[in-house]
Amino acid sequence: MSWFDLKGENNILFTKLNDFVNWSRQGSPWAMGFGLACCAIEMMATGASHYDLDRFGTFFRASPRQSDVMIVAGTVTLKMAPVLRRLYEQMAEPKYVISMGSCANAGGPYWQYGYHVLKGVDQIVPVDVYVPGCPPRPEALIEGLLQLKEKIKKEGTLK
Amino acid sequence: MTAQEINDRIQNTFADSVLEFNDTVLQPYLKINPAKFYEVCQYLRDNEDMDFNFLNSVSGVDYGEDLGVVYHLYSMTRKHKIVLKVILPRENPQVSSIADLWRTADWHEREVYDLFGVVFLNHPNLRRILLPDDWEGYPLRKDYVQPETYNGIPVLHPDMRGDSK
Ligand code: SF4
Repeated sequence: MSWFDLKGENNILFTKLNDFVNWSRQGSPWAMGFGLACCAIEMMATGASHYDLDRFGTFFRASPRQSDVMIVAGTVTLKMAPVLRRLYEQMAEPKYVISMGSCANAGGPYWQYGYHVLKGVDQIVPVDVYVPGCPPRPEALIEGLLQLKEKIKKEGTLK
Repeated sequence: MTAQEINDRIQNTFADSVLEFNDTVLQPYLKINPAKFYEVCQYLRDNEDMDFNFLNSVSGVDYGEDLGVVYHLYSMTRKHKIVLKVILPRENPQVSSIADLWRTADWHEREVYDLFGVVFLNHPNLRRILLPDDWEGYPLRKDYVQPETYNGIPVLHPDMRGDSK
């Protein structure tokens, strides 16, 4: 017998509001695809049929207003940095950031002599999950997304 | 036409235009006097035997003492090619733009201006093309010093800040 009474009687669950809200938030984080360089190709592959990100409730929105998580996939140049920050501020709360690849994590191959590259997107926006790799495979990005879900589930007091 | 013939024709047409000719290298080149540069290019494009109708690329070079701009020309009809170089002083490097002869030069010259600071006279739209408009300095020059911040954003990697660069 299932814990859930399908006949429509006595199917009442008790939970904490906080847990319930977290559970509903983690279910389907819509992503703002921020494809900036080579990593974006892997992000697109993750979204396409073979890896099928829709299975996890994530699909890409073209507008920051409709997105819950910004996946920064690629090299953030100093010219792009103010734009990235502005788009982050345009996202509705609650909002999360996944930093994908070495470039977004810490400057990647440009960490030393890249005069034009931001050395890690965490210098301008708060990052929730870092996905290492150059580029990370789609599996790695999916793992990053699942980690983000775990993180959301454990979030503290409702704000 | 061989590079030697091209060189002879230019030397006979424009006195003092060729400062150096070298065809012992893979891509024979002519160093052109910057003052005569525009006329030589116009001749190379419009003369029937030359007919250089294609400009492959414009590149900037920092030779250490001087700056240089290198042009790779090709003729699709005559199937010959030549490389032109102009050497410019580090302070105040200026050369005529050839963007009205070959449209390729338009954006390529902007890129050389952006990264090396070479000023192309009479260019239709000489603005930075890759870097932001408010960028200071020319990053591909060998004496470029990387600033610590750009508009308040730290440029250096956290491990590289402080005394070591
Ligand atoms: S981390 Fe590697 S693959 Fe990703 S954007 Fe940077 S250089 Fe490209």
